Amino acid sequence: MEGERPASPARSSGLPAGGAEGDSPGGGAPFPGSSGSSTLLQGEVLDLDEDEDDLEVFSKDASLMDMNSFSPMMPTSPLSMINQIKFEDEPDLKDLFITVDEPESHVTTIETFITYRIITKTSRGEFDSSEFEVRRRYQDFLWLKGKLEEAHPTLIIPPLPEKFIVKGMVERFNDDFIETRRKALQKFLNRIADHPTLTFNEDFKVFLTAQAWELSSHKKQGPGLLSRMGQTVRAVASSMRGVKNRPEEFMEMNNFIEIFSQKINLIDKISQRIYKEEREYLDEMKEYGPIYILWSASEEDLVDTLRNVASCIDRCCKATEKRMSGLSEALLPVVHEYVLYSEMLMLTEEIGKLEDKVECANNALKADWERWKQNMQNDIKSAFTDMAEENIHYYEQCLATWESFLTSQTDLQLEEASDDKP
Amino acid sequence: MEPAPVDPERQLQPAPIEPLGLPNSGLEAAVGEEAEGARDAGSGVDTMTENNFGLKKIEISVSEAEKRTGRNAMNMQETYTAYLIETRSVEHTDGQSVLTDSLWRRYSEFELLRNYLLVYYPHIVVPPLPEKRAEFVWHKLSADNMDPDFVERRRIGLENFLLRIASHPILCRDKIFYLFLTQEGNWKETVNETGFQLKADSRLKALNATFRVKNPDKRFTELKHYSDELQSVISHLLRVRARVADRLYGVYKVHGNYGRVFSEWSAIEKEMGDGLQSAGHHMDVYASSIDDILEDEEHYADQLKEYLFYAEALRAVCRKHELMQYDLEMAAQDLASKKQQCEELATGTVRTFSLKGMTTKLFGQETPEQREARIKVLEEQINEGEQQLKSKNLEGREFVKNAWADIERFKEQKNRDLKEALISYAVMQISMCKKGIQIWTNAKECFSKM
Repeated sequence: MEGERPASPARSSGLPAGGAEGDSPGGGAPFPGSSGSSTLLQGEVLDLDEDEDDLEVFSKDASLMDMNSFSPMMPTSPLSMINQIKFEDEPDLKDLFITVDEPESHVTTIETFITYRIITKTSRGEFDSSEFEVRRRYQDFLWLKGKLEEAHPTLIIPPLPEKFIVKGMVERFNDDFIETRRKALQKFLNRIADHPTLTFNEDFKVFLTAQAWELSSHKKQGPGLLSRMGQTVRAVASSMRGVKNRPEEFMEMNNFIEIFSQKINLIDKISQRIYKEEREYLDEMKEYGPIYILWSASEEDLVDTLRNVASCIDRCCKATEKRMSGLSEALLPVVHEYVLYSEMLMLTEEIGKLEDKVECANNALKADWERWKQNMQNDIKSAFTDMAEENIHYYEQCLATWESFLTSQTDLQLEEASDDKP
Repeated sequence: MEPAPVDPERQLQPAPIEPLGLPNSGLEAAVGEEAEGARDAGSGVDTMTENNFGLKKIEISVSEAEKRTGRNAMNMQETYTAYLIETRSVEHTDGQSVLTDSLWRRYSEFELLRNYLLVYYPHIVVPPLPEKRAEFVWHKLSADNMDPDFVERRRIGLENFLLRIASHPILCRDKIFYLFLTQEGNWKETVNETGFQLKADSRLKALNATFRVKNPDKRFTELKHYSDELQSVISHLLRVRARVADRLYGVYKVHGNYGRVFSEWSAIEKEMGDGLQSAGHHMDVYASSIDDILEDEEHYADQLKEYLFYAEALRAVCRKHELMQYDLEMAAQDLASKKQQCEELATGTVRTFSLKGMTTKLFGQETPEQREARIKVLEEQINEGEQQLKSKNLEGREFVKNAWADIERFKEQKNRDLKEALISYAVMQISMCKKGIQIWTNAKECFSKM
């Protein structure tokens, strides 16, 4: 399982046994007042580490930021992250499968809302069962995201689909909107499941498994250990505002994010526009074919030819519909998710201000950043490759249609020629 | 000018003026004048090959279009386009063509030629001219008459018009047509001298007026109905096709935006950069490929338009038949009433009301001499009427026979042409698909290398 294996981590400079994630310059806990908790975690972690003799353990101590009580030590160096990514690419190693479906409308006296069914299948030991089915509403997803951000302020948390309706829709809950949201929510949960750190977050587990009343009561609990730490990080961060020596990597990252954000937004707009134009083309084509049928009614000698043309146009319409659905399945959701990611990342700039004193945060973010970029490249590459494939398939369909028309015409001519023979 | 089979002197005679409905006799004369000696080759329709005119094989082309300025009838300056018409005669022996005539004509002269043909050959489905003003345009296409693309398409349309006439077994022998191709100056005057405008039945233009015909030839009624349907369906088709073209244009062009954005994005990407950049280039290629595709499709639209206008020509023939039939029925009615009058006068019985009859009753009988005189007048009129009715009947039958022969010819031409147009439409679609496959395959390769 990707999360549990602290596989070949690279050695970071300095491996103080007692420190937090490798790069802290001095010994001792990075934050005042948390040494107590770190010892506790340390103890748990060591037990598990003894099994992994052959693997070089990067750090024996839990990262105070990126740990939760379920998982063993999480490797946090960039290279170890890359190994995590490798596991992500191997689906057989995945042990948490989540689907979001069956949107259902609920009407109460105060409000109307939609819940989604979430089915989780897992082989992980920490889960009491191998299959869970729960119902959640958008508010619950928001809660989960909030908790994750609190607990892991240096990690890139996947985006949620928009809260409110994008302009252009009339009804609050029309079918397209619900379907788009469902897909995005499923993506959200799977992204978390695939993330080496986030997948072991306790709130995540509760979200996936708790019954409605259990979730409500869990929500009411005060902020957990991790969120308290997260708050501390943020407090430190804001106190360090205006520090001058920004690490170069963060400048680079910010620059990238700025331009990436611009471009992905444009690509999102272009892709949506293409979908719209294709829809309008389809609408006109649907009107075009029948006119040939109408015409065939008054032309006795051209009936077959005209009807053939009409049927070719009809088949091209079907091919267009398929092309459009390909676009909306493969390309549009992916691009849009990255638009939301980029919006979020623009705000993560704050983290850049964490300096040498909080290098652990830098590293965690940097590692997650590298992971995110790698994912992004793979996702974009695959989305566009799929789009190209859809287009090729579309043109191949249409080509076959018109070629068969030509063949049938030549056959017709040969028939007529042989009829004319005495 | 190359020695043509036509005596140049004779060309200056106006086209023979024949009563409408008997065009063949006039043409025979014309052919006789033109084809001295080789009458047998010229008279049979089956010996006529395409573009065969006055025995020699000729090629006609409208090869150029030029903008001109001049002064119009009201002495105001105007800009118009002139078209160069070149006629070549082809030597049978070596297939080489020699330029025999070349002159410039403007659209209004083509119109004049056509109007003349409509009057002198009312039983022929006269080929239509390309449209005067651009219609059924999709947004990118200009509706401006001076637009070079429109002028180019019109040049082709005018050439097609002349070729249609030259390959028509009857029209190709017309003198005025021949002069159109060969006599630059004075041609307009020559046409007007035929007095064809006076011969034109003004009722033909009154499209909305209905003439109650009791016994129309059913085939013509059906034909009129067909021409209405053809016109309606082709108009509809052209309108929707223009909208489809518009939308297709949009789809292709939006992809061009990817090119620019990919290029800008590639600047910040290390591994993905090259792939993005080259994929972007293919998106640009895709976006620009639509221009040629739609230009080709305009050719298909033009082929349909020709038959849209042919529908009008068909209706004109039907109309002519209607009017002839109406005149015939009126004449027969008139004759019948005169006969009745005569009979009544002779026998003294008054079955029909007539003013004269009433007045004689009121004011006294007329003398037998007066009555005789009237009967005589009526008998003369009846005789004349019977002759006229006979010739009108003959005219009518001739008209129906000749018209129907041309309609059969037209039907075959239409079926051939439309089939060919539909096939060439399919060929265009195939070419568009092949181009699409190629571009997206290249793009896919770039994407997969990212």
